[in-house]
Amino acid sequence: MNIRLAVSLAISSLWYRRKVLALVTLTLTLSITLLLGVQYLRTEVKQSFTNTISGTDLIVGARSGQLNLLLYTIFHIGDATNNIRWSTYQNLQDDERIDWLVPISLGDSYRGHRVVGTNEQFPEHFRYGRDQKPELAEGEWFGDVFEVVLGAEVARSHNHQLGDDIILSHGGGKTSFSNHKDTPFTVSGILAPTGTPVDQAVYVSLEGLEAIHIGWESGVAIPGRTVSPEQARERDLTPDAITAALVGIERKVMTFQVQRQINESREEPLSAILPGVALSELWRIMGQFENALLGITGFVVVTSLIGLIAVLLTLQMQRRQEIAILRATGASPLLIAALQVIECVALAVAACVLAVIIGAAGISGLSPWLLQTWGIQIGLRPLNGMEWLIIASVPIAAFLVGLLPALLAWRGSRRQGLGHVLPE
Amino acid sequence: MPDMTSQTDSPVDSSVIPREALRVSNVEFRWDQTRAPIAYPEIMLNTGEHLFLRGPSGSGKSTLLSLLGGLILPDTGTLSLLGTDLASLTSGQRDRFRADHMGVIFQQFNLVPYLSTLENVMLPCRLSRKRRARALPTPEQEAESLLTALGIAPDHWHRRVTGLSVGQQQRVAAARALTGGPELILADEPTSALDSDNRDRFIELLLGLAAEKHTSVVFVSHDQSLAGRFDRQLALEVKP
Repeated sequence: MNIRLAVSLAISSLWYRRKVLALVTLTLTLSITLLLGVQYLRTEVKQSFTNTISGTDLIVGARSGQLNLLLYTIFHIGDATNNIRWSTYQNLQDDERIDWLVPISLGDSYRGHRVVGTNEQFPEHFRYGRDQKPELAEGEWFGDVFEVVLGAEVARSHNHQLGDDIILSHGGGKTSFSNHKDTPFTVSGILAPTGTPVDQAVYVSLEGLEAIHIGWESGVAIPGRTVSPEQARERDLTPDAITAALVGIERKVMTFQVQRQINESREEPLSAILPGVALSELWRIMGQFENALLGITGFVVVTSLIGLIAVLLTLQMQRRQEIAILRATGASPLLIAALQVIECVALAVAACVLAVIIGAAGISGLSPWLLQTWGIQIGLRPLNGMEWLIIASVPIAAFLVGLLPALLAWRGSRRQGLGHVLPE
Repeated sequence: MPDMTSQTDSPVDSSVIPREALRVSNVEFRWDQTRAPIAYPEIMLNTGEHLFLRGPSGSGKSTLLSLLGGLILPDTGTLSLLGTDLASLTSGQRDRFRADHMGVIFQQFNLVPYLSTLENVMLPCRLSRKRRARALPTPEQEAESLLTALGIAPDHWHRRVTGLSVGQQQRVAAARALTGGPELILADEPTSALDSDNRDRFIELLLGLAAEKHTSVVFVSHDQSLAGRFDRQLALEVKP
């Protein structure tokens, strides 16, 4: 059998029938894109998730589930169940076993971005990825009550420069009607991109948060009780409460002891969680979902392959004459069968190539949105082994299912007379 | 038994030593047990001679062409082409034999729709190394000169065949059958879809070019008026 002839005939034939085949190829392309996309995203999302925090031994917050605590402190998703008292924080500071503490105070927002109240310990001890520090791209960490440090994406999306004045809003949400408009903050620094939720946050001092909430004790500004920045500076701005604290333990073996002690605290109901354990629990929940998703998309690919075969079998009815010509000219039944298989595999390969292109374009297009909306950093990278396996398995599957029309064509062409189909 | 009327002239070119193109002796074929077997008369044809085969439908014309093409084998008797007994070949060898030594023209729909005119003509050269070697100076140049001889304008050569008229399609099919100079052309009512002007021109061109290449033509037709152009005639009849 002449392979080159078979391939060139198959390609010409596919091109001739391109209008009919375009739709099934598109279906197959989209299903492969889906499958590849799910596989690609799950490794990327996992990477991005586990990169969000490192170096922190414990996260301490009000009593709640570990996922909730992890989500609102680190991912800035959802809200705190309660605050922890400032005295509790001070007690932790006095604890010998604790090396460092980063206070975190949440609740306000800036144009949909979370405002994180903290102190100079944050740039000192917070780590992400492989023990990476959040670096300042410009300016410096806040030194004054009314200074603010912006995450990279906050600065980029609102086009903020050093020295800009910004107004924080009370509460969360993209649009807030109660703004702390009497107490603007000045941008003192802009962080370099990290690919974590840090990029989406706005950092101010605990004192700054305290200052802008004078007169807001009931949740809204009470006229006459709010103060100007100058008046605020003269007050005692030590907070009464914070939302959570990141804890570094001096000797790692003591972590569980400290954790248990905090969890059993009689002062107030607290939770101390291990970030790594919480992350892997989060991942386990998502992982189940992912495997199901991967399974479903696998079936989608199988379904579209069956659709492809259905179309090829329908086309075969119209190809009797062509088969008669080829047989009369000396083509063997094997060549006729090979045409079917080659066409099927060629369509699958075309669909795979298109799927990779669409996938790459989709990821490049969606990654800014993903980073902005979900704080998940997904970039283009070379395909990994599993993804190559998926891509390779599609033409192999197409080859196997293509054997069915090939077998029918082979049997049919054996009963091919000269220009007419022979009776049984 | 089908009745046979055969008449023999002797137009064989004396410069070429006549060679046996085909021999059919005592051949019988039955499609299945319920049907009576078709028995064929003795047929002997030298290369370069043309045979006109005529007979009503059901007389076994198409079956004879399938037998000659090696797509089916006779139940009894021997059918040899160019001295080779087809029954001695495997089906794969018969496919190759057909590719190497035979050209085929159907009643209509002769061309592969997704290939250009030139690609259709050169198809036998791609399926058979022998045909390619005999297509001189090159398969493409031979195809072009055949198309020119058959009156297919060059602007059709690289276009898809779906734009050709029926008459043009039949002439392209003739060019394909002739390319690489096969010993035998099997033509199954190739003129039945043509009007009389086209028909006469077609036969003239086909037989003229076949003579140049020293190719024998077995021509099946209902149309008795064409018989005069052939060296030999054979009428198959339905068994009463």
